[in-house]
Amino acid sequence: MADTVNLKINSVPVSVPPGTTVLEAARQIGVEIPTLCYMKDISEIGACRICVVDVKGARTHVASCVYPVAEGMEVRTHTPDIIRSRTRTLELILSNHRMDCLTCLRNQNCELQKLAADFGIQETRFPSDAHEPQIEDSAVHLVRDNSKCVLCRRCSAVCKHNQSVGVIGPAARGFDTHIACAYGRDLGEVACVSCGQCITVCPTGALTESCQTDEVWSALADPKKHVVVGVAPSIRVTLGECFGLPVGANVEGQMVSALRLLGFNGVFDIDAAADLTIMEEGTEFMKRLTGGGPLPLITSCSPGWVRFCEQYFPEFLPNVSSCKSPQQMFGALMKTYYAEKYNLAPEDVFVVGIMPCTAKKYEIRRGDWAVEGLPDVDVALTTRELSRMISRAGIMFRSLPSSAFDAAFGVASGAGLIFGATGGVMEAALRTVSSLAEGKPPASLDFTEVRGTAGVKEASYTIRGRSVRVAACSGLANARKVLQSVKDGSARYDFIEIMCCPGGCVGGGGQPVQPQSLKNFSDLRALRAAALYKSDADMPLRLSHESPLIKQLYREFLQKPGSPEAHKILHTHIEKGEAV
Amino acid sequence: MPNTVTVVPFQGTQEQEKELLEAIEAHAGRPGAAMPVLQKAQAIYGYLPEEALARISAGLGLTMSELYGIVSFYAQFSVNPKGRHQVSVCLGTACYVRGAAAILAAVEDGLGCKAGSVSPDGKFSIDATRCIGACGLAPVIIIDGDVYGRLTPDDIPGILKKYTED
Repeated sequence: MADTVNLKINSVPVSVPPGTTVLEAARQIGVEIPTLCYMKDISEIGACRICVVDVKGARTHVASCVYPVAEGMEVRTHTPDIIRSRTRTLELILSNHRMDCLTCLRNQNCELQKLAADFGIQETRFPSDAHEPQIEDSAVHLVRDNSKCVLCRRCSAVCKHNQSVGVIGPAARGFDTHIACAYGRDLGEVACVSCGQCITVCPTGALTESCQTDEVWSALADPKKHVVVGVAPSIRVTLGECFGLPVGANVEGQMVSALRLLGFNGVFDIDAAADLTIMEEGTEFMKRLTGGGPLPLITSCSPGWVRFCEQYFPEFLPNVSSCKSPQQMFGALMKTYYAEKYNLAPEDVFVVGIMPCTAKKYEIRRGDWAVEGLPDVDVALTTRELSRMISRAGIMFRSLPSSAFDAAFGVASGAGLIFGATGGVMEAALRTVSSLAEGKPPASLDFTEVRGTAGVKEASYTIRGRSVRVAACSGLANARKVLQSVKDGSARYDFIEIMCCPGGCVGGGGQPVQPQSLKNFSDLRALRAAALYKSDADMPLRLSHESPLIKQLYREFLQKPGSPEAHKILHTHIEKGEAV
Repeated sequence: MPNTVTVVPFQGTQEQEKELLEAIEAHAGRPGAAMPVLQKAQAIYGYLPEEALARISAGLGLTMSELYGIVSFYAQFSVNPKGRHQVSVCLGTACYVRGAAAILAAVEDGLGCKAGSVSPDGKFSIDATRCIGACGLAPVIIIDGDVYGRLTPDDIPGILKKYTED
C-alpha cells in the first residue's frame, strides 16, 4: 500500500496518508468542513449530513467525516448544490428545535446557532408547532431539555465510549426519537455518575449544568453570612477561555481579583487542601504498604469515580482512600478551624467551591460532614457558572490586575497545583512519600512517567527498598479496564490514581465548553495541563509537606497526619451504592 | 408508545428466568445477539420487563439504554404486560371520522391508563388499533372479543363497568 494518497480538493492537490478522511484532508488546504455529530475517534457515525461534500463520480453527496480519501479523487466542498444540501438539513433540524436563543444558557456558545448564522438562515421554511420545554432535572448536577436536542448522539457516545457508563441513548424511532434512559426513567434514578461529560459535548443548550449562581448571589448579599470561596487547581488554566483568552492561559491573578470584586470575604486556594490530601493520603498509603493493606490504595478525589466505584465496582470500595476530596477538606476546615480562629459561628460561614466538575454538586450532599448538620461546602459552582457571575457583575476580567489568594488559606505547593491534571495526584503523592520515606527529597521532583494524557500510565518506583507499582488513569472506560485487570490478576498495583474525566480535572464536566470542531483537532486537555506543569516547575515550593500552611494546620489544629482529629475532620466513609 | 414505564409489579417465575438465562447463554458473544434474545424474552414473559432487560444487559454486555433503544425502536416489542381484559379502540378512518378520538379519551379516562399501556392494577390494557373491518358500526371498540359499535363517549362507563366488576 502506498504511503500517500494524492487527491484534489477544490482543485488544490493534496497528499495525505491512506485512511485519512476527506474532512481531515480538507483541513490541509485550509477548509474546515462544518460538522455536528462527528467526534474524532469517539463517535464517527456520519449521521447529521452537515459535512456532505461532492466527490466526482459518487452517486450521492458523501459524509466527509467518515469518507476515506482515494487516489485521484476529486472533491468539492462548497458547490451551490452542497451549500443547498447543508442549508436544507439545517432548516430541518431547526424545524423542531425550540429556538429561545436569547434565554438559553448556551447563547453565543452554540454550535447550531453558529451553523445557522454561517449558512445565513434567516427564516424557517418549515415552521413547526410551538415547542414547549421538556425539562428533566431529576439529577442534582444537570438539566436536560430535549426540545433543544438535535439528536447528534454526542452525549450518549461520551457516556458509553469514554466513561463506559452508557445510561443514556436514543429511544423510539422516526420523529419520536429522543435521548433517554432505559424505560424512560429519569437520570436521577439510574446509575449516572454525574461527571457532566455529556454537557461539555452537547452542541446546543439541551444539556446544561444545574445552575446555582443564584444561591451564591443571595449569600453574598446576606450581611449575616461570611462567604468564602475556594478555587480548584485546574480553574486558573481554563477560566480564561470564557473570556476569549487562548486555551492554556493561566489567569490565577485575575481570577483572584475577580472573586474579590464579586464580594467574597475570603478568596482561598484549594491547592492548599490538595496539599493536605497528600499528607493524609500519603500517610494512609505508607500505613497500608507496611501494615498489610488492603492494596492497591485508590485515590478518592474524584466524586464521579467514587460514584462509579460504588455502582459498578463495589468490591473495590475497601481500596478507596478514606480521605475526603480537597474540596470537602477545604469546606470542613472552613467550618471548624477557620471559624474558630476568626471567631465566626460555623453556620454563618458559607463555603463556595469553584470546581471543574459537575459531580461536585453531588459530592457536597453526601454527608460525613465535619460539623453535625452543616454541609462542608454549601455550593459547588462550575468554571462556567463562575464565568457567568463575573460577566453579570460587569467585571472587566481581561484587564484586571493580578492579585494573590488570602493568606489564611492561600499558600500551596506546586504538588497541590498539578492535582488538576491526570497523574498529578500520583506525582504529588510520590514526591512527598518518597521524601519522607527516604528522609530527603528525590533527585528530581518530576515523575514524568505518570504525566501526559494517555488513558492509562504505569510506573514502578523504589520506596524504602521496596518496589512500588503505580498506575494513573483517567476516563472511566480506562478505569474499568484497570480495575478489571486487577480483578482477574493480570495486573498488580500498590497505588492507583483514578480520575473520572479523560485528562483529569482539566477535562472536567464543569469546564468551559469549546466547539467540537476545535476539540477534534486539538487536545485541550494537554494544553491546559501543560500550563499547570509549567507553573509547578516555576514554583519554589513543590512539596506538599514543606508548605508552611500545612505545617501550621497540623501544629495548631490537626496534630499529625492520620491523627484522630484529622480523621474526624478530613476523612469519610464511602457509602455502598447499588447499580440500577 | 412503548416508552411508558411499566406500573405492574414484576411477577416472573424461576422457570422463566432459567429459560431466559439459557437463551442469553446460547447467543452471548455472537454478533447481533440482542434481537433474538429480546424476542425470546418477550416470548417467555409476554412483554419485556425491566428485570429481564437487566439480565440481558449483564449477559450480553450491552447497556440498558442500548437495549431499550432497540426495544423502543421496534413495534414488535412491548414494555408493558397485557391486562386481563384487553380493550382495543379502532382508530381506522371510518371510526376516526365518527369520533373515535373521543371514544379513546373516554376509555383512557375510565381506566386510568393510556393507549399502549396497562392499568395500575393490571386488569386492563388499551390498544389503539388500525381498521378492524367493522366500519358499518363505527366507532367501534372490542373488549375480550366482544364488539361494541355506534358508540358515544357516554356509553363507555357503562360498558367498562361490566368488566370492572368481575
